[in-house]
Amino acid sequence: MSRDLFAIAEAAARTRGVRDIEVIFERHNFALTRFANNTIHQNVAELDHAISIRVLEDHRTARASTNRLDRASIEAAVDQAIALTRASNPDEKIPALAEPAPVQVLNRHFGMTTPEERAAKVAEAIRIVEDAGQTAAGIFETGETTESIFNSRGIAVEHSGTMSRFSITAMAADSSGWAKASAANVRDLDPCALAAQAMRKARDSKSPREIAPGAYTVILEPAAVLDLVGQMFGDFSATALVDQRSFLTDRLHTRLFGENIHITDDVTHALQTGAPFDGEGTPRSVLQLVEAGVAKDIAVSRTASPAANLLATGHGYPLPNEVGEAPVNIVIAGGTSSIDEMVRSTERGILITRLWYIREVDPYEKMMTGMTRDGTFLVERGEVVGGLRNFRFNQSILEMLSNVELMSPAVRTSGEEAADMVVPAMKVHNFHLTEVTRF
Amino acid sequence: MKQIATAALELAMRRGVTYADVRAVESRDRAVTTKNGMPGQIGAGESAGVGIRVLADGCWGFASTSGLSKAGLEAAASLAVAIARSGVAAKKHDVVLAPEEKYEATWVSPCAIDPFSIPVEENLALLLAVDAELRREKGITLAETSLTHERSRQVFVSSIGSMIDQTRTTTGAGFAAYSFQNDDIQKRSYPNSFGGQYQLKGYELVHELELLKHAPRMASEAVALHSADTCPEGTFDLILDSSQLGLQIHESIGHPIELDRVLGSEANYAGMSFLTLDQLNRLHYGSDIVNVVCDARPEHGPGLGTFLYDDEGVPAHGTSIIRNGLFTGYMTSRETAATVGDARSNGTMRAAGWSRLPLIRMTNVSLLPGEQSLDEVFDVEHGIYMETNKSWSIDDKRYNFQFGCEAAWEIRNGKRTRMLKNPLYSGISTEFWNACDAIAGRDWWTLWGVPTCGKGQPEQVMGTGHGASPSRFRGIKIGSGSGE
Repeated sequence: MSRDLFAIAEAAARTRGVRDIEVIFERHNFALTRFANNTIHQNVAELDHAISIRVLEDHRTARASTNRLDRASIEAAVDQAIALTRASNPDEKIPALAEPAPVQVLNRHFGMTTPEERAAKVAEAIRIVEDAGQTAAGIFETGETTESIFNSRGIAVEHSGTMSRFSITAMAADSSGWAKASAANVRDLDPCALAAQAMRKARDSKSPREIAPGAYTVILEPAAVLDLVGQMFGDFSATALVDQRSFLTDRLHTRLFGENIHITDDVTHALQTGAPFDGEGTPRSVLQLVEAGVAKDIAVSRTASPAANLLATGHGYPLPNEVGEAPVNIVIAGGTSSIDEMVRSTERGILITRLWYIREVDPYEKMMTGMTRDGTFLVERGEVVGGLRNFRFNQSILEMLSNVELMSPAVRTSGEEAADMVVPAMKVHNFHLTEVTRF
Repeated sequence: MKQIATAALELAMRRGVTYADVRAVESRDRAVTTKNGMPGQIGAGESAGVGIRVLADGCWGFASTSGLSKAGLEAAASLAVAIARSGVAAKKHDVVLAPEEKYEATWVSPCAIDPFSIPVEENLALLLAVDAELRREKGITLAETSLTHERSRQVFVSSIGSMIDQTRTTTGAGFAAYSFQNDDIQKRSYPNSFGGQYQLKGYELVHELELLKHAPRMASEAVALHSADTCPEGTFDLILDSSQLGLQIHESIGHPIELDRVLGSEANYAGMSFLTLDQLNRLHYGSDIVNVVCDARPEHGPGLGTFLYDDEGVPAHGTSIIRNGLFTGYMTSRETAATVGDARSNGTMRAAGWSRLPLIRMTNVSLLPGEQSLDEVFDVEHGIYMETNKSWSIDDKRYNFQFGCEAAWEIRNGKRTRMLKNPLYSGISTEFWNACDAIAGRDWWTLWGVPTCGKGQPEQVMGTGHGASPSRFRGIKIGSGSGE
């Protein structure tokens, strides 16, 4: 179907004297069952598709999109894209359309769920939390997405994949716990295990005490690592470096983190998901972003390639855009310690389940602020001794990744503030918790 | 669109539901941006679809589709009903809705200059002129400008007989100048961060903003920040400009008063609220001079939260949220109003386009103007004045917040003195609003637009409005984000 749509658009463009055209077709089918107060309260599904058409003419380019897929609407979108392109100014940095290159096929399409299947799993999960005298809230979602890119130079790539997520918050009288997981195959999710995990966190953090803010040793569970460290990867971008808005400006190939930090971007990793090509259909390559604490590779789009004097890596966003590119399949190499071992090795510290509302305070030092949430525990003499009121942190990611003492094996992780990644739990010293809130 | 909406409603009702509503929406948008003297994003889009919401067996079901053929609508209606019926597996009680009248109305938001009538060449010429003006300042390393327009027509029909046809046009424009020097990135934005100002207006907003006129000052300030002193840490009297105060209202008043959040619907994602039901008409949210309303009515102004009817067919309301410091009201829906025993919803259900379910969202949550002049607000012996948001964070019950601003100035005896960089302030929501002792009057009041408010699962991004004028807060914790 998508090839037929491209044919309509390409024919319309040729009729109008335009040779270079690129078409992106996306289709998604998504469903989410949401629950709160131990009952399903929002239950939705959506089906959409859209075509977007980019014209390139004399180093001018612009894009028009529509979700109406009849011939007249596609031809109107072609007209719109041509008009916008001709109204734009030439930019010598805009490259010619991408040429075809071999793209790996990644089979990441599994089954969807019915509303009844989601409701049944949700009911089981609620029961686990409710039986503990707690209140459950969460989601169970499944979706499938197809993305195709064609251009008049012969690019014709397509990727189809499924994604499922289950997350749950268990609330007790004065405490809460949370757990979440995502997987391409819904059968890899275990909602009941996640419910039990959230329930135990709520139970074990009851009657939270308040301790003074300060610099603590913290044990960050994988979701906390993901949501905080995930804030820096937009800076591993050739365009961000040219614009001097990246914390890597003047710092590439220098040691920024501890020697135990190794980070790659690898769409082919067994726990990763997503299309093996970028917004122009260029195949994604594997990037060694950080090796032994040294910032090495960056993502490079075809547009940024000449200025960066680096080959394009297949991480560009659809053109035209201002931000260029970014790595999107992050894998942080883990260690061999379990979270229990991290706790046992800690004289006094804080175990953190997740972080929330993370925002950048200083872009060059990558100083971030945010809150702990849904399971913050005091560790004393190698044991978790009880729950704590939540903290605000103000923490540089550079400093944090220089202070990592132990890591767990890396696991596929889903949070709420950054894209899903493969990350370990980390034990970090001198983590700056700056204020305490009221719960 | 009326025919499509009506057909979808009939298809849903035929399946034995107890209530149904349908929103048929078609929208178009345009975005033009520049970066360092070159075009950035040049794009236009259109989207059309329907969202069908039903109550069956006491449970909600919702399905949306861009397939507007009869088969597409049938499939969506059938799915919405199947989804609703599946909810019985985890149902505690039947959904009950507060009563509502049926309405028939057509409304088009005021728009003096149709933004889509302005040639893209003219958009680009303006933005490139602003861009050039910014980069004229030595030390500016990145200049970004943007213009966005959106027009959305929504036809709402419901099984109680409503037929409401609303068309809203919004415009946004602004710019930002960045300067990188000696391991330090500084930025100034005009007229606000997040891309500038956004209102329910046409191209007249772009003229009103006078982007070109303000470019030299902002560029100069961005560079000057490098040599400014770091904001001191300690407890100071704080004066906020109206745009930063708009975001402060959004985070520390707007979100906590969402009744769905109070009742736990958002517990898994956005969180809950410190404004538990026992606080209503008891909590002294702010000082006596603090008066806040949630007002979607056009007479409140051209805000991103202005409309005639919400997305479940309830007329726009003006609701008192804080009256002379006392907490007096929540934002409600038909369902949450019934839950807490209110006679009617106050009309704050909004959906991000046709594909998503309506949720309680801020409309225009505004601090009403005070009685002071600007000079009176600045009349402190020693204080800090902060302008334009740079970072924002608040806990999931909305007690503890920390905001950073792009620039600050020390105030000595009522006068601006030295410039300060990297300013932050933090506090507890109710303590902060109780520390308010001066609010500038109507002449300094602006209805700001926040275009990127996130809520819900799947997440919905919504535009909200916040009126504010520069105001003063006594004894606020101020710092520079050093992490100590």
